[in-house]
Amino acid sequence: MAYLDHAATTPMLPEAVAAMTAEMVKVGNPSSLHGSGRKARRVVEEARETIAAALSAKPMDVVFTSGGTEANNLAIKGLYWARKKADANRTRVLISAIEHHAVLDPVMWLGEHEKAQIEILPVGRDGILQVETLRQAIESDPESVALVSVMWANNEVGTIQPIEELAEIAAEFDIPFHSDAVQAMAYLPIDLSKVKVTALTITAHKVGGPQGVGALVIKSDEKLEQVSHGGGQERDVRSGTLDAPAIAGFASAISILVSQRERRANRIKNLRDELIKRLKEVVPDCVINGDLEKRLPGNVHASFPGCEGDALLMLLDAQGVECSTGSACSAGIPQPSHVLLAMGRDEKIAKSSLRFSLGHTSTSEDIDELIVALPQIIDRAKRASARAKISK
Amino acid sequence: MKNRKSVVVAMSGGVDSSVAAARLVDEGYKVTGVHLALSKEKTVSGTKGCCTLDDARDARRVADRLGIPFYVWDLSERFQEDVMQNFLDEYAAGRTPNPCMRCNEKIKFQAVLERSLELGFDAVATGHWAKIVDSPNGPLLYRSEDEAKDQSYVLSVLNQEQLSKTLLPLAGSTKPELRKEAEARGLVTAFKPDSHDICFIPDGDTAKFLHKHLGNKKGNIVDVETNEVLGEHDGIFEFTVGQRKGLGLTVPRKDGAARYVVSTDVKTNTVMVGLPAFLRVDVVGGTNLIWCGPVKESPFDCGAQVRAHSDRIQATAFHKDGNLTVEFKEPLQALAPGQTIALYEQDRVICSATVVSTNRA
Repeated sequence: MAYLDHAATTPMLPEAVAAMTAEMVKVGNPSSLHGSGRKARRVVEEARETIAAALSAKPMDVVFTSGGTEANNLAIKGLYWARKKADANRTRVLISAIEHHAVLDPVMWLGEHEKAQIEILPVGRDGILQVETLRQAIESDPESVALVSVMWANNEVGTIQPIEELAEIAAEFDIPFHSDAVQAMAYLPIDLSKVKVTALTITAHKVGGPQGVGALVIKSDEKLEQVSHGGGQERDVRSGTLDAPAIAGFASAISILVSQRERRANRIKNLRDELIKRLKEVVPDCVINGDLEKRLPGNVHASFPGCEGDALLMLLDAQGVECSTGSACSAGIPQPSHVLLAMGRDEKIAKSSLRFSLGHTSTSEDIDELIVALPQIIDRAKRASARAKISK
Repeated sequence: MKNRKSVVVAMSGGVDSSVAAARLVDEGYKVTGVHLALSKEKTVSGTKGCCTLDDARDARRVADRLGIPFYVWDLSERFQEDVMQNFLDEYAAGRTPNPCMRCNEKIKFQAVLERSLELGFDAVATGHWAKIVDSPNGPLLYRSEDEAKDQSYVLSVLNQEQLSKTLLPLAGSTKPELRKEAEARGLVTAFKPDSHDICFIPDGDTAKFLHKHLGNKKGNIVDVETNEVLGEHDGIFEFTVGQRKGLGLTVPRKDGAARYVVSTDVKTNTVMVGLPAFLRVDVVGGTNLIWCGPVKESPFDCGAQVRAHSDRIQATAFHKDGNLTVEFKEPLQALAPGQTIALYEQDRVICSATVVSTNRA
């Protein structure tokens, strides 16, 4: 079996499993005042410190959530409401055209339900947002912008956005800047003491921690409206009992990640380059989407002209090779990726794409399995697509 | 293990296709479950038609339980063109189509079958109630053991090429047996009610659906004998040959006899009504002749069936150049152009054709 879908989720590190299971056998609500509660609280707070340190942030900045989607919702809705409350004219929300649905959908929701004016900033064919594009959008009327959100690195095509410069522009106009760094965290150094990002989304399961826990890292003095109401945990903006075992696993994964990031990124990048090279050898007409340099080390996103991505995925799955089409589906029906469409690809090319994403457990043998299986599969998928056209 | 036959099972999320998939797994096939997305609209739960989100989930749960891969194939565009649009076109042309047969012909056993074969699968299986038997003359299509469930009529649009790549694992069972089996296997679909309606008209109101898409087209209801205008209608597609209710006629016949829809005329937008005698059909002309087994020499004796569960009527069939003529030995009541006539030899389906003309002797 070859698991080539680490961007969806990556295996937990053994250390993270150990840290998590050690806490699972204990009792204690981190909010309780007795001994068991205090012990759980200590686990949570030490994790908070570890995660903050990894990002050069303050422990108080870390707001634990159930994962990336919740952190994005909290950042977008919480910042928008807070900004608009302070200044009713601030109703514009600027995002890139390649955001994950966990950003795109809450933003569109604000547009539909809260009268926010949504502006979607176009990206180039390389899948990168130009700094000037954001500057122009802000400068057209800086006083009306409530919030900017641009992902650190894209989940489908892996392109890395110029976050440092983008955040700088927003800061120039005193506009909050949010970045979804769920994919970037594992491979890119993120230093929040230098980059002027107001709020940053991270999640554990993309870095070797458990699923179901993430965080929004946001300065404690930044005004943020409460999104989930309840017991007042997490600075009163995110109520709910904290999952101490998962948080322990999260911190464990992060601390290992930080110590190994560069070495691991280099190893995976070499594997990735090998994959691209061999892919082009066996499928010469495949096209790699997205900038090749400004790209996450584990990401390969390729279009296979004349094939349907879903057919390829199914046939690879049958051979034990697991990958993704990278795009969302609606009621099980695949939709063409809005990311690829934003990069100027047509619907057909968008639907002919696969994402292979490598991670910490990937090996050369995984690539062998893919390369051996692929030619016959491409052939079959092409025939099926051609046949569908004829009989239609 | 390498040489196991691989088969795609079309899983609607109902009990029949669930058990079909389970049986194939038991028989050692390499089974892949496929749910067909036939509508782009997200149908809400609680509707009776198939292809709702609930059905997709049920199908997926059964596949999980059986440990087989499961995918949703988007055939909504093909379905829209080949089935729904055809349904409207046929009604607009004054004919009475059977969309489920059209779906079998164009979607399940054409688009899905072709795609499956090209992708490297050996066959397609469904939860239809009928039997395919191999013979020296190729595969033959038979009625299912459970006569009440028999679907050989709606499969009579399959040719031998299609039948040779089709598996129908439910042959030989009865529905109660099947439900028991599903329950014993722990399948979530064991007690789901059977679906009867046209899947894209979940409320069962075909007239409303046709009005929505074809609009209102007022015309006259005319007595076939006297040519007297008896009333008005909002669209001839509301009427089917043989229909008695819903004519809205206020002038009764002098003798008090009931009147039936005898025919409809698209050109004049007229519905003709009259006595049952005018519904009598002795000879039927058909086109789109499909042989479900070896071609038989013309003429031949057979049993003719014109609806999914109607009686078979003894007949003699003639065919030439893909056209069929069927002479009934005793007259048939009410048959509309667009319906399918299937011919049987005992329990075996010989062929089918689409009715284009009906005549009295």
